[in-house]
Amino acid sequence: MRALVTPVAALVLCAASVTASADGLKVGMITTLSGGGSALGVDVRDGFMLALDQSERSDIEVVIEDDQRKPEIAVQIADKMVQSDNVDVLTGIIWSNLAIAVVPSVVRQGKFYLSPNAGPSKLAGEGCHENYFNVAWQNDNLHEAAGGHANDAGFTNSFILAPNYPAGHDALTGYKRFFTGEIEAEVYTELGQTDYAAEIAQIRASDADSVFFFLPGGMGISFMKQYAGSGVDLPVVGPAFSFDQGILNAVGEAALGVRNTSQWSKDLDNATNQAFVASFQEAYGRLPSLYASQGFDTANLLISALDKADVSDTQAFREALRAADFSSVRGDFMFGPNHHPVQDIYVREVIMEGGVLTNRIVSLALEDHADAYAGECSM
Amino acid sequence: MMPATLVAEQVLNGLQFGVMLFLMSAGLTLVFGVMGLINLAHGSLYMIGAFACAAVVSLTGSFWLGLAASLAAAAAAGALVEMTLMRRLYQRGHLDQVLVTFALILVFSEGTRWIFGAFPLYLDIPPSLAGTVALPGGLDYPLYRLVIIAAGLAVAAGLFQLVSRTRLGMRIRAGESDREMIAAIGVNIRALYTAVFALGAALAGFAGAVIGSITSVEVGMGEPVLILAFVVIVIGGIGSIKGALVGAILVGVTDTMGRLLLPALFGTFLEPADAAATGASLASMLIYLLMALILFFRPGGLFGKVA
Repeated sequence: MRALVTPVAALVLCAASVTASADGLKVGMITTLSGGGSALGVDVRDGFMLALDQSERSDIEVVIEDDQRKPEIAVQIADKMVQSDNVDVLTGIIWSNLAIAVVPSVVRQGKFYLSPNAGPSKLAGEGCHENYFNVAWQNDNLHEAAGGHANDAGFTNSFILAPNYPAGHDALTGYKRFFTGEIEAEVYTELGQTDYAAEIAQIRASDADSVFFFLPGGMGISFMKQYAGSGVDLPVVGPAFSFDQGILNAVGEAALGVRNTSQWSKDLDNATNQAFVASFQEAYGRLPSLYASQGFDTANLLISALDKADVSDTQAFREALRAADFSSVRGDFMFGPNHHPVQDIYVREVIMEGGVLTNRIVSLALEDHADAYAGECSM
Repeated sequence: MMPATLVAEQVLNGLQFGVMLFLMSAGLTLVFGVMGLINLAHGSLYMIGAFACAAVVSLTGSFWLGLAASLAAAAAAGALVEMTLMRRLYQRGHLDQVLVTFALILVFSEGTRWIFGAFPLYLDIPPSLAGTVALPGGLDYPLYRLVIIAAGLAVAAGLFQLVSRTRLGMRIRAGESDREMIAAIGVNIRALYTAVFALGAALAGFAGAVIGSITSVEVGMGEPVLILAFVVIVIGGIGSIKGALVGAILVGVTDTMGRLLLPALFGTFLEPADAAATGASLASMLIYLLMALILFFRPGGLFGKVA
């Protein structure tokens, strides 16, 4: 008797899960929740879940797993989510090397991937795919704006620094695309490196008049603390990743006054953003970072598509995503032909506000900025 | 042409990295050499030291108390592990030791994550050690890193004295060459092993606290250092304190100088972007190439016994 019951129960369970995915939507979130990159993943997750909570929808189920910033673990999790959890949409990856390992195979299997952070050039040009949408930026974008800002600031010779992984290469490429001055030296560090004594020594000995660095998460914290204690006083400039809310808290006043470039800021003046900042603070007791804003927008994009189409109708769901018919914390939001954002990028300044270090917008750096790889994409 | 101050500063950075590696490797090489035990969990003791320091600093605000706590916590953890687990492993093969100590890494890492969370902690160095000092030749170098070099060299000198001049050191050396004989003449070999293990652990914990204070204190911080420490003791010769010191400084200076010189070298015939990327990738392999080279000419390591 028992032998009979089990297969029947299994069948019933199968039927139930098929119905569930036809009605609603299952999201697999792979993100970094431990180690030096965890602040980024935690913010993306919290922003994403906040948007879901506010939508009060009960038909979206989310599975969350920690990739530990390791490509091989991200690939394992993605396989499991696609093959046994039967997710419809994947999201969450922070690091470009992980995105490159996971995204192509996932979208080839007919799943959608919405990137809340990583935007490697490899997936924006020839490697683009109709099921891959980037809700954050193409990697080069904020660095291009930083290069432009360095020109405006009168810098003529930069020392540039980034980790040796795809987003680091994109960062320096982006900066050099817009910066018209000389490049004193370009240096690649190890991903996850915590001691920057060797790099700071090279900066000290250089003739540069400015330092551009892209070091997200814990790497940026270690670098800024050591830089501040090294006695080198060249001005620094960077993307928002090097001066996000999490980094500022740990670095302290050494970051005060630094200019950085971002597609989002806490003081962006639109109703969606004001509501987002207030509700994020209320829900989690801390200020949101740009990563949280990206997670929030990603979830709202997803919800807007689900309002229009069922995920089982791939064609219609893709069109609904492409329309980007949601209210973004960035104000205007639209996708370019390669499913990457076309958006404004701002210059921000690190300020002290009510005893807390944060950023405020100083000027608009690039208006309706698209990425350099869109032309290579054919889908 | 590279300015002399840059080369001098990189040599100092390499030296600082080297003496820290020495603190890690000294315990590892003693335990391996004297007791024949492979301890993969040595990196966890480094992490325990760093977290103990972070916890005490956040409670009391005193870096020096934190430093003392790191020594005490790592030594206590080391002694506890030795008395409860390692003791049963001396007679067994290396595979069993690797399995048990690998399991210990997982236990310590998850335990630390459970208590302190997955977020890294960032400490501030004490104000008295902050800032830079002007060295002859016009080089400003961070005071904290200079103090690390001095402290590391002082510990090295102390260890040499301990091993070569004291009764405890004599027993350690005797235990290394003939365990049964020294037990037969009435030395409490069990207590001796516990003491050696705790000493090695305390050095690792001290290194963790000192380095964690300028980088970050996080779960899993010990494993990359552990791998380097194994490279150091293989280069220096297993069981040799002198070998550990020479090996550690060799590895520290090679790694730091490689990160400076290789990209510059590739820059003479490659595009700057390619040179920087290729040079950085190759620099991270350099110490393993060094190890292969040394083992090719001296299979027992620089100061090891000929196998």
